[in-house]
Amino acid sequence: MIRELAFIDVLYLIAAMRWTLALTAIAFAGGTIVGLSVALLRVSPMAPLRWAAMVYVHAVQGTPLLAWLFVFFFGLSIVGITVSPWIAAAAAYSIYAGAFLGEIWRGCLQSIPRTQWEAGASLGLSFTEQLRHVIIPQAVRVAIPPTVGFLVQLIKNTSLAAVIGFVELTREGQLTTATTFRPFSVYLIVAALYFALCFPLTRWSRRLEGRLHVAR
Amino acid sequence: MIGALTYTFNFRDVFAAWEFLADGLMLTLLLSAITIVAGFAIGTLCAAGRVYGPRWLRLAIASYVEAIRNTPLIVQLFLVFFGLPSAGIKFDAVTASLIALTINLGAYTSEIVRAGIEAIPRSQIEAGAAMGLSGVQIFRYIVLFPALKIIYPALASQFVLLMLATSIVSQISAPDLFHAASIVQSRTFRDFEIYAVVAGAYLALALVFRLILAAIYQLVFVRR
Repeated sequence: MIRELAFIDVLYLIAAMRWTLALTAIAFAGGTIVGLSVALLRVSPMAPLRWAAMVYVHAVQGTPLLAWLFVFFFGLSIVGITVSPWIAAAAAYSIYAGAFLGEIWRGCLQSIPRTQWEAGASLGLSFTEQLRHVIIPQAVRVAIPPTVGFLVQLIKNTSLAAVIGFVELTREGQLTTATTFRPFSVYLIVAALYFALCFPLTRWSRRLEGRLHVAR
Repeated sequence: MIGALTYTFNFRDVFAAWEFLADGLMLTLLLSAITIVAGFAIGTLCAAGRVYGPRWLRLAIASYVEAIRNTPLIVQLFLVFFGLPSAGIKFDAVTASLIALTINLGAYTSEIVRAGIEAIPRSQIEAGAAMGLSGVQIFRYIVLFPALKIIYPALASQFVLLMLATSIVSQISAPDLFHAASIVQSRTFRDFEIYAVVAGAYLALALVFRLILAAIYQLVFVRR
């Protein structure tokens, strides 16, 4: 049934943003766990661990996110499990975000001068103690601006979950288009809503970056 | 988990459709190549406009860049393919994909190139002026060329990400590699096999792109 695009549709679109945010939160949580492991493995003193983490990062950064979503949503049927869009999306986004966050955080860990590690070692700290008490507290400061920047990427990329039927902002836009047949207005509103989410974060990330440069 | 033990992988159906997949691969390559060239051109022009242009131009370019960088590509694609026809402008799926991808890459490229341009010290430009170079010559030899050399790694990564992002055009039925995969999937029901193979194909493609981009760097920036 085709009806007019009404104010209530806009409210529905705004309401659908909560699923975009929920998905972003899940992806970020999963990505943090994976990313932290990847970053630590990449600076580990054991070469095979570093290589394994590097292969993981290159594999994920060299394949489309869409492929991961489809593999988890359709592909897992081979093990006899029917996967809900939630599980499929959570798994795919954790893998995806983990690879990118892992690379970002590795860079932050490595931006801390070698001498800091050596100073820790000369105080008799073990590798994990050096990480925990010397390197990570300094690296976190460096990590915040690019992490916020990646959060913007993540919010935008949650739109791809629409293709496996996950009803978030983009999917809600598709559904609204189907009933009102006003694709231009609907997608413009959808784009504006994404912009409202992402732009403040972009600005914030840039400000944090500026502050960091001043502090140095 | 029992299912995993009893499941027989069957890649035969997937490889039987290789000609079909190869057609999709060709479009993926074509979309990526055209978008990279056009997006790079737009991005460089916008970067120059943003640094040297009059105030209104700087504002216009900044709005374009922020609007694109803060909205998802798939929504931009839907706007061009589904939205614009209601304003009387119609494109086929491939043209719409090219337009959306180029606009998208142009915005990202312009930010990267601008960072490079701004990294060139003022004294270099003054030195160029002191040697009697014209404005265009200064921009070309002293600003743009070294700037591109500085930002080349970031640019190359962006191009590879763009190639992967072209998979999104499958959602408006542009017959690229990913679209071919969904067709094969619906014909054979070999869900896992087809997406595993296609993911491998993209991975190989990303590697090839990196090699080509590294070769271009050697040719353009090193052998001189």
